[in-house]
Amino acid sequence: MSLKINLSHDLGGITSHYDLMLSEGVTGITGASGSGKTTLIKALCGLIKPNSGHISLNDRVFFDSRAGIFLPPHRRNIGTIFQEPRLFPHLSLRQNLTYSARFQKFPPRRVQDLDYIINLLGLEPLLDRRTETLSGGEKQRVSIGRALMRKPDIFLMDEPLSALDQPRRAEILPYLARLCQESKTPVLYVSHAMSEIVQLADHLLLIEEGHARAFGPLAQILSDPDLASLIGLPEMGALWEGTLTYKAPDGLCTLNTKAGPLHLPNLDAALGNRVRVRLLAQDVIIARTRPMALSALNVLETTITGLSYGHDHSVLVRLDAQGDTLLARITQRSAADLKLVIGLPCFAILKSLAVAQANRV
Amino acid sequence: MIFWPEFSLSTQEIDAVTLSLWVAVIGMFASLPLALTVAYALARGRFWGKALLNGFVHLPLILPPVVTGYFLLSLLGPQTWLGAVFAKFGVQFAFHWEGAALAASVMAFPLFVRAIKLGLDAVDPKLEEAAATLGASRFWVFVTVTLPLIVPSLIAGMILAFAKGFGEFGATITLVANIPSQTQTLPSAIYALLQIPGGERGALILIGISVLLASLALALAEVLGRSAAKRVAGR
Repeated sequence: MSLKINLSHDLGGITSHYDLMLSEGVTGITGASGSGKTTLIKALCGLIKPNSGHISLNDRVFFDSRAGIFLPPHRRNIGTIFQEPRLFPHLSLRQNLTYSARFQKFPPRRVQDLDYIINLLGLEPLLDRRTETLSGGEKQRVSIGRALMRKPDIFLMDEPLSALDQPRRAEILPYLARLCQESKTPVLYVSHAMSEIVQLADHLLLIEEGHARAFGPLAQILSDPDLASLIGLPEMGALWEGTLTYKAPDGLCTLNTKAGPLHLPNLDAALGNRVRVRLLAQDVIIARTRPMALSALNVLETTITGLSYGHDHSVLVRLDAQGDTLLARITQRSAADLKLVIGLPCFAILKSLAVAQANRV
Repeated sequence: MIFWPEFSLSTQEIDAVTLSLWVAVIGMFASLPLALTVAYALARGRFWGKALLNGFVHLPLILPPVVTGYFLLSLLGPQTWLGAVFAKFGVQFAFHWEGAALAASVMAFPLFVRAIKLGLDAVDPKLEEAAATLGASRFWVFVTVTLPLIVPSLIAGMILAFAKGFGEFGATITLVANIPSQTQTLPSAIYALLQIPGGERGALILIGISVLLASLALALAEVLGRSAAKRVAGR
């Protein structure tokens, strides 16, 4: 799969210009409100016609201003999930789910097995309910199933959880994760919430004022100090993967990573599974000597590979831990007191309870 | 007053009631496709001259009905070019019942369009977008999403158009005159009765009938509209 995007568009005073090439997997897209995310999404699914450019998926051209090609939304086969569920109020739940099948009467038919969708999204108990009695989260699950029914070539998810409260988000996120894993369909996932993106995405696209500011593997972007002002300091940190090797009776789990074993509480996975964890820069402490008699369980031997001073008296320290990158956010005074310089070996201390699991691997 | 012992209608009066009903129904159904098209264009379209079209559609509401009738007569009268074309196909408007139907539909048209447009404005374009991303072309979006959602306003518009056509007087009498049992509608009959001494009794009966029919139409609109609104809201 390769999605080629090259477009320019003026909307509401912002000139968007994108030149991107997206491939397999889940790409998270984030950026401030009004930064042009919606322009990108609408141009992809054909709800707006860009001023100029070219959009194609594999060898199918969706839009080409020079050749005068513009495929309307219904001919693009993109599964779009919007912020609101947008269920059709005059149709039953089942009719909503199978809506796209009405337009697939002739070969090549692309109709997903209804039972598969019902099972994947846990819709069985909802089937006999009227759409207006469903909760916001349940409606959103139905709308995901409705988009899935068409066996889309690519999924566009435009802040699918942002209209829901926290418990509802937590309810739907596992379904989305399963969908991303099982369907093998590339996904573009737009969201403000980095906590959602780290659970779903492999790649991250950062948008600022209608331009792609950064694009790359999620772990790399989140630990790039140069992007801290855009991502937000509290969201900065490393994303590590490891194998769950041991679950102690007290609930503490051992995760084998490249940098050595990490002891973390309550990882939600079976033994032997790969688990992704997020080590936020603000939860990492640096020591020059190996600390003794410390409550923190995880102490890693590292080498400083970078120091970036911010405007807020803090400094982001890039650390190398046996090939994995770790990020620590400390005060500039501490950095001066510890005489931190690039190449200096030091110890990174990680509070177990602060580590958040990012489910998907 | 219908239960008055001496209640009786002359053949002419029965003809007037029947003609009015017929003209109102035909006028309503004949203008339905155009009213729907124009309402859709006004609600969704982006084209040059939209304000002009809007003004033109509302003309019959603003002009004196007699003036509208005069325009229709000078456009479709027997001596006109357009009138001759229609006559070839066996349709004559001036001084024929078809003219009464035309006058009814023209006079009711602004109300009809406004009622449908209100419904269209209330349909969330986001639903139509969603349908398009699910594979529905513009036509199918309209048929499977927009149209079912505006059924309540469509019914309201139809009843309104019927009632307006049923009571139309000024444009009708100008275009088709007031020939008993041929082009005499209910309002024209009431008018004629009121012009002759002692005609009030007959006029009162016809007035009673028109009040009764109007109330029935209103009640029907209410019932149909409510059940359609329920269905549309998924209840």
